[in-house]
Amino acid sequence: MIEFSLWDIFSNLLLAARWTVALSLVAFIGGGLIGLTLLVLRLTGKPVLVRSINTYTQIFQGTPLLMQLFLLYFGIGLLGIDTSAWVSASIALTLYTSAYLAEIWRGCVESIPRGQWEASKSLAMSFGQLLTHVILPQALKIAVPPTVGFLVQVVKGTALASVVGFVELTKAGGMIANVTFAPLLVYSCVALVYFALCFPISLYARFLERKLHVARR
Amino acid sequence: MSLAAEQTTANAPLATPHTNVGAPIVRITALRKSYGSNEVLKGIDLDVKRGEVIAIIGKSGSGKSTLLRCINGLEVFQEGSLTVDSKPLIHESAMAMRELRLRVGMIFQSFNLFPHLSVGRNVMLAPQLVKKKETQANTERARQLLDRVGLAEKFDAMPDQLSGGQQQRVAIARALAMDPAVLLCDEITSALDPELVGEVLRVVESLANEGMTLLMVTHEMNFARKVADRVIFMHQGRVHEAGSPEELFGNPQTAELKQFLSSLH
Repeated sequence: MIEFSLWDIFSNLLLAARWTVALSLVAFIGGGLIGLTLLVLRLTGKPVLVRSINTYTQIFQGTPLLMQLFLLYFGIGLLGIDTSAWVSASIALTLYTSAYLAEIWRGCVESIPRGQWEASKSLAMSFGQLLTHVILPQALKIAVPPTVGFLVQVVKGTALASVVGFVELTKAGGMIANVTFAPLLVYSCVALVYFALCFPISLYARFLERKLHVARR
Repeated sequence: MSLAAEQTTANAPLATPHTNVGAPIVRITALRKSYGSNEVLKGIDLDVKRGEVIAIIGKSGSGKSTLLRCINGLEVFQEGSLTVDSKPLIHESAMAMRELRLRVGMIFQSFNLFPHLSVGRNVMLAPQLVKKKETQANTERARQLLDRVGLAEKFDAMPDQLSGGQQQRVAIARALAMDPAVLLCDEITSALDPELVGEVLRVVESLANEGMTLLMVTHEMNFARKVADRVIFMHQGRVHEAGSPEELFGNPQTAELKQFLSSLH
C-alpha cells in the first residue's frame, strides 16, 4: 500500500482549490453582470419586467442550490446538448448568484432617497443618465460590503458542484479520502482551505462596512 | 454690497423664455388628480404670466405641493391639460417630458443635492449630460451662478460640508444652470433653521426682481406678501381664493382663508 504524506494530501487539495476559485470567479463575474442587467430592467418599473424578474429571483432563492445544479446538469443533457460538469456548474452558480445580487443591489438602490430621483428628473435627465450619474454611484458605495459578504456564500456554494462530478476542492477531498483511508484528516484539510479562502473575504467585508459607517457619520 | 450684487447679476444673466413678457407661460386647465379614490386636485385652472411671482398657500393636505409637482410631471394627473412655455405635458412620452422639464426648474424642501458630487459638479452635471454643454463654458457658468448665490468659494466643497441655507442656495444655482423659464419652489425654507431662511429668500427675491417666473409653495407669509404678484389660497384640492397679496392678506373673503390666516398667528 502506498503511503501518503500530509504534504501529498495538501498539495493535491491546493491544486483542486484552483477550480474552486475559478468557479467562484466565473459565478461572481457572470452573476454580477446578469444581476446588474436584472437590476436595471427592474428599475425601469415596467410591470411585466418587474414581475418576471421577481419570479426569477424567487425561484432561485426558494430552491436549494443543489437542486438547481441537478436540474441544469440533467436538463441541459435532455435538450441533447452534450455538457460537461464544469459548464453546467458554472451556469447554475452564475444564475444563483445573479438572483441574489439583483436582490441585494435592489435593496441598496431603494435606500437612496426618492429626492435624488426627483431632483435628477427635474433637471431633465434621462433614465439612463440619472441611473449612471446619480443613483448607481451612490448605491455602489452601500452595496460593496454586502456584495463582498455574499462572495463568501458563493465560494462555499461551489462545494455543491462536486455532486455533478466537477472536481473542485470538495470532490478532490472525497477522492483523496477514499485512497488514503483518512477522511477526518483529509476533510479537516479541505475545511482549512475553504477557511483560508473565505476568512480574508469576510474580514475585508467587515472592514469595508466599518469604513462606510465612518464615512456616513 | 449693492454694487457687488449688481455685478454678479450682470455676470449670471437669466435665460430668456420663448413666451413674451406678460403672456401666459404656464397654462393649467381643468386639472384633476387623485390617488386611488382620493381626489386631491379637483379641477384646477391657472394661467401664470411670464415674469409673474405666485405664492401658493394653504393647509397641509390642501393639494398645493401636489399641484406644483404636477407642473414638471413629478406627479401624474388623470384629467386636464398643462403647458409650460408652450410645451405640453405628455406623461407617456419621455421625450416630451424632458422637453418640458428643460423649461421648468424645481427647488425642493430637502435640497436634494447629489451628495457624492462636489458643489461645482452638482451645478454642472445636468447641463453637461442633458445639454451637452462643453466643459469650459459649463464651468464658467457654474462659477457665475454660484457667485450669484454668494457661494463662489464653495465650488469644490462637498454638499455635507455646507449649512442648510448654503445647500439650498446651491440647489437654486443648480436649477438655474439649466436656464429654466419657470422656477418651482416647494417649501424651500421649511427645512431650514430660522436664521438661515433669510439668505435663501434674498436669492429668490433677486430672481423675482429680475423677471423670473416663480411659483412657490410657502409658509413664509411675510415673504409672500412682499414678493408675490398673486397669492393663491388652496383648500381641499381647489383654488379657494386668489388675488393680490394686499387683497388676500388684507381683506380675505372666505371663512376658510380667514381661519387659515388667523391660525398662523
